[in-house]
Amino acid sequence: MLKPPPSFLWTRRIFLTLLTAFTLTPVLVMVSSSLKPLQDVQGPFRWIPSELTFRPYLDIWSTVPLADYFVNSLIVSVSATVLSVLIAIFSAYGVSRYRFRGRKLFTVTVLSTQMFPGILFLLPLFLIFVNIGNATGVALYGSRGGLILTYLTFSLPFSIWMLVGYFDSIPRDLDEAAAVDGCGPLRTLVRIVVPAATPGIVAVSVYAFMTAWGEVLFASVMTNDTTRTLSVGLQGYATQNDVYWNQVMAASLVVSVPVVAGFLLLQRYLVAGLTAGAVK
Amino acid sequence: MRINRLAAATALVSVLTLTATACGGGSTSGGGDNSSPKTLTYWASNQGTSLENDKQVLEPELRKFEAQTGIKVKLEVVPWSDLLNRILAATASGQGPDVLNIGNTWSASLQATGALLPFDDATFGKIGGKDRFLPATIASAGAAGKAPAAVPLYSMAYGLYYNKKLFDAAGISKPPATWEELVADGQKLTKDGKYGLAIEGGNVSENVHHAFALGKQHGADWFDAAGKPVFDTPEAVATVKQYVDFIAKDKIAAPGNAEYAANQSVTDFASGKAAMLMWQAAGASLKSHGMNPDDYAVAPIPLPAGASGSKAVTSMVAGINLAVFKNSKNTDGALQFVKFMTSNEEQIQLNKTYGSIPPVKDAQADTAFATPELKMLSNVLATGAAPLPQVANESQFETLVGTAVKNLLAAAAAGKPVTEDSVKAELTKAQQQMPAS
Amino acid sequence: MTRRRLGLPYLLLLPALALELLIHLVPMVVGMVMSFKQLTQFYIRDWSTAPWSGLDNYRVSVDFSAPIGQSLLNSFWVTCLFTALAVGFSWLLGTAAAVFLQESFRGRGLLRTLFLIPYALPVYAAVITWSFMFQRDTGLVNHLLVDQLYLFDEKPFWLIGDNSFTALVVVAVWKTWPFAFLTLMAGLQNIPRELYEAAAMDGAGVWQQLRKITLPSLRPVNQVLVLVLFLWTFNDFNTPYVLFGKSAPEQADLISIHIYQSSFVTWNFGAGSAMSVLLLLFLLLVTAIYLFFTSRRRDADA
Repeated sequence: MLKPPPSFLWTRRIFLTLLTAFTLTPVLVMVSSSLKPLQDVQGPFRWIPSELTFRPYLDIWSTVPLADYFVNSLIVSVSATVLSVLIAIFSAYGVSRYRFRGRKLFTVTVLSTQMFPGILFLLPLFLIFVNIGNATGVALYGSRGGLILTYLTFSLPFSIWMLVGYFDSIPRDLDEAAAVDGCGPLRTLVRIVVPAATPGIVAVSVYAFMTAWGEVLFASVMTNDTTRTLSVGLQGYATQNDVYWNQVMAASLVVSVPVVAGFLLLQRYLVAGLTAGAVK
Repeated sequence: MRINRLAAATALVSVLTLTATACGGGSTSGGGDNSSPKTLTYWASNQGTSLENDKQVLEPELRKFEAQTGIKVKLEVVPWSDLLNRILAATASGQGPDVLNIGNTWSASLQATGALLPFDDATFGKIGGKDRFLPATIASAGAAGKAPAAVPLYSMAYGLYYNKKLFDAAGISKPPATWEELVADGQKLTKDGKYGLAIEGGNVSENVHHAFALGKQHGADWFDAAGKPVFDTPEAVATVKQYVDFIAKDKIAAPGNAEYAANQSVTDFASGKAAMLMWQAAGASLKSHGMNPDDYAVAPIPLPAGASGSKAVTSMVAGINLAVFKNSKNTDGALQFVKFMTSNEEQIQLNKTYGSIPPVKDAQADTAFATPELKMLSNVLATGAAPLPQVANESQFETLVGTAVKNLLAAAAAGKPVTEDSVKAELTKAQQQMPAS
Repeated sequence: MTRRRLGLPYLLLLPALALELLIHLVPMVVGMVMSFKQLTQFYIRDWSTAPWSGLDNYRVSVDFSAPIGQSLLNSFWVTCLFTALAVGFSWLLGTAAAVFLQESFRGRGLLRTLFLIPYALPVYAAVITWSFMFQRDTGLVNHLLVDQLYLFDEKPFWLIGDNSFTALVVVAVWKTWPFAFLTLMAGLQNIPRELYEAAAMDGAGVWQQLRKITLPSLRPVNQVLVLVLFLWTFNDFNTPYVLFGKSAPEQADLISIHIYQSSFVTWNFGAGSAMSVLLLLFLLLVTAIYLFFTSRRRDADA
């Protein structure tokens, strides 16, 4: 590639600076507010706290059971992600590599579920969970299992759709070469297709995780105090009489650190596809 | 082949749909039973400084109850943001707690679902009788003429909190008793970036609570005798205009108050940015914001000059009620628990902790409620408080009228003129969105 | 190969199909049934006993001469405009960031992580922070615009009144663009390097390469991405709910909040379901048109 011209470099520099400022401002506000006593947080805004305190970081654990909520969120989001991505990989492989009757119908049906307004099926879904519970004794309502099932289907349509795109772009020659080597379809999937589509799979996983991590509406109806997730639980810092702004911010930062760290670890796989795709 | 598959899919869908519909709700017969007499589930609302704080307050009491009756109570403190949705889910599915707290303004709406156990005289007999409670609090537990859907648990009333130092500095010797005085005092106090009054203008419920009490003073009832909404009567327009004028015309409240929805008005009062605040049980919050209890006092909300009788209302009956789910598998135990929670001893203990007033008359006599603030508020509750309209569509009323007031305050804060016509137009729009029934 | 294993593709699709059926399709059918019922709090306890109301719920919703229909229509237009702006800006920022980060330079890895932070924060935390920043008297936004940059004489409101729409778009873009960025970045990895090398050999500059290679190669990814962004943004509930609470200002009254108001707050699920079904029909229509045109263009290009 040619060395980029200065116009490109300058545009890049200015654009990235502004974008970084836009992206990080709320985060800096969170950091600064989480270090102020409650009276100061509610006063006129200033970047540097006039009185620095780490109290909020201690108080967050006793105002709400933050650790429990965090564990719940982690279990729910990770399970939903793993299951969703697994199921999506299988489906996408089927759609990408086989021509069969109902293929189009399947794609359209799955895709259309992405459009359903959550409001429309929240109450019916809740009733179905309760009835499944009454009929079979499998407690979906109020349990993490019910939430995992729900969230995994939220991310499934988009994941399948994205992965079909990625799989399609992987040359069939690779599959056929594997078949010649005696690989069955599943081995081909695991050995050839999945490694070649790693960036796509990672992107889809991140998406599935965040869908589950941030959802508010369903969680507020389908959880109880033992299964409540973070997105709902954080609202506990806004009580009837007071909003503990400094604690909300402190708690949000604390729970986000592991997630950002996870992203940090994953992000190199986002580009790893370069080498995997180079076989072509 | 293809048709078969389609048929199979259709069959599957219909089977699943049937399971969803067939047993769609709680049992239609609607009776509870006593099939699990040793346990109860209790949903408490968030009354303390945090969810954990509520647990710490309630757990010892529940253990006391277990020691007395052998019934184990499983407690869940439900945040206000989730409570109504959780009750909805419980009502629709029949899977709910045995006993639960509800905001007393929801009583008639929830009563209409038929999911709550009605407290007829026989049921009241089991928990020690209806006469133990303050009549106004019973009136806020369900539609008039029907057995209440719940019993009062914690009560509260609005009072006018005023900053004594700022009043002294402005040369005002006593709190305002009429609205004219309040506006005059407010204008004296509004200077140097400080304001006479703080209001929570972005909070729909607060707006409605004030519109309701003010409305009583103007003779605006919001619903006619047949239960039909009448939001845009001249009285109602005058009511809302008076409230909005605190920002629009009198300019005794800061324009910024129009967006307050996270109790910033309490903060402003505590920090001395505003000299007056109309609130219920602000004591604990003011303390947590660092306000010295000696710096403020509480008076009744003002009245129009010369108001008396049914127009001498200064507050809604605020509070929390305790209800029993009809589907309870332990109705007897649930009633025992209600009896326990409304016993004098528990009433004193819990209301003292939460800074509220016991709706049980005997419990009010305790010295814990003899502070000037609580004495004044108990008096308001006994003589000058009326329940919000106990109609099935109360939540619609609250949302629509509260939003109308919020919109008008926003317009006033942006410097747009607020006239009788613009107020009436907003209220008419609100009224037309009320459901027909 | 496809002949030999006739059952395999179906087996691969089965889990996805079963779950979508259970969690999405069946509940939606139930929801549609509800839309034809007079399902108010009087019947919620056993909704099969709620009386059928035929098309009444729909009639009320689309009677644009009455306040209920009017406010629904207003909410619809607000949502359309909001979606157009939020998706447009998110896509633009995402594409630009992905392209600028395509070539390696010092600090690239750091930026790539920083840019994903809005996505990693719990939605509630992020949006509540924005609402904190948008407060008129004590918020950062006015502090910056009025006290430090002197852009306005008087502090404007952001959470009520006309500006609430702007505030909503800003928050939505902030929250959404990292996703566009993430997706496009992954998409860029699939563009063969040889294409750029060949173009460079022909003397094409960076900007030309961008126009001739990068953007066309991203088209399949974009086709999915834009549609998905559209659907989410249109149905977005979390952002307005946390930003404005239960009653959004008219100027920022998104349809999901509006329907929530009409069903969950007031327990009138018949009306709420009817509005949702109308919304669904609209989204189906838009998606069908979109797919029809984008697919045709794609075929024509091929």
